[in-house]
Amino acid sequence: MMPAGLPFLFYAGAIGLLVIGISGIVLSRNLFRIILALALAEAGANLLLVLAGWHWGGSAPILGQGKALETMVDPVPQALVLTAIVIGVGIQALALALAVRAYRAYGTLDMRRLRNRMNRDIAAAAGIPAESSRDAPAGGRPTPPVPAAHRSGGGRA
Amino acid sequence: MRNLASLLFAGGLAFLLMAIAALLPFGHPPVLAGGAILEQAADQVGAANIVTAVVLGYRGLDTLGEITILFAAAAGLGLVLGRRRAGAPRDPDAGPVLRTGAALMFPLLVLVGFHIILHGHLTPGGGFQGGVILAAAFFLPLLARPGTPVDHPGLSLVEGTAGAVFIVTGLVALLTGGEFLQPLLGTGTLGTLFSAGTLPILYLALGLKVGAELAGLLARLADAETDT
Repeated sequence: MMPAGLPFLFYAGAIGLLVIGISGIVLSRNLFRIILALALAEAGANLLLVLAGWHWGGSAPILGQGKALETMVDPVPQALVLTAIVIGVGIQALALALAVRAYRAYGTLDMRRLRNRMNRDIAAAAGIPAESSRDAPAGGRPTPPVPAAHRSGGGRA
Repeated sequence: MRNLASLLFAGGLAFLLMAIAALLPFGHPPVLAGGAILEQAADQVGAANIVTAVVLGYRGLDTLGEITILFAAAAGLGLVLGRRRAGAPRDPDAGPVLRTGAALMFPLLVLVGFHIILHGHLTPGGGFQGGVILAAAFFLPLLARPGTPVDHPGLSLVEGTAGAVFIVTGLVALLTGGEFLQPLLGTGTLGTLFSAGTLPILYLALGLKVGAELAGLLARLADAETDT
């Protein structure tokens, strides 16, 4: 009944998508590609969930079409995947909005440049040399200067 | 070095997942809750599409939480992107093919969207799927003519009303002695349009909410200023 090798192919497809997506997330340097890879990983995870409820010779869980109840696939994973897809759309939209915002602020989507520029900005705001690592012990750092908005708020302390 | 570590991680993950998958009896899942739902859904909920019965009948509260997450994502997106300045440059209009195509597709997409929403308890589809098609219908003119004004207050009104209808339907069920979001009005005849009690109403509200939310979300993303 079970064709040999076919289950391996199904699982390999779903797990392959998931792993390709995760590899893309950890290997890409471009923020937009990371978001695309996230969508790919999500598709793989959804496929894996649907596969978990599927059985050989299964039919869609819809009544009134002359199909026996015993042949229908488990409806619970399908409902779960429906949920997962919708939440995935929300996550992707929010991630894209954050990417747009990062591009607007720093003019690049490249992770390394983004990190360098962010570190430079943070260092400039904190009044420390830009080369110092953010993991360095904080003891030697000078206290950050008081922002101008607070300094000119009248003569009080 | 970092790439090597990443590849090792991905390979390890693949191996782990394959090992778990090899342990599962593929194609013969241990159907426990699903089997009971398949047997009882027709009498308890009356929806021919059992996935709909699960999504709205058995775990309606979960679905409410889900559209809350979508709402939070849409609100967060509006917050992150901010308001567009008045004089910001826009993309030029698309060519005549896309403009004519958008005008032709709009009524068809609206029709298909509502059909899928209203038949969600009978055939594959439902509020989420139909809502996405509705959102696509309203996003298409924006792709063809990026300058088209979007009625964000109107979208918010539709979205809020639909969400309120969803919750009020649940509260009515609670007041009449049932559980929150329990299907009311009887099950009707299996497979007809007016069956499954309040499920079509819930799905209509859900579809309008998802459609309005996604349309607003897409419009905001398309409208975002990037070149500053």
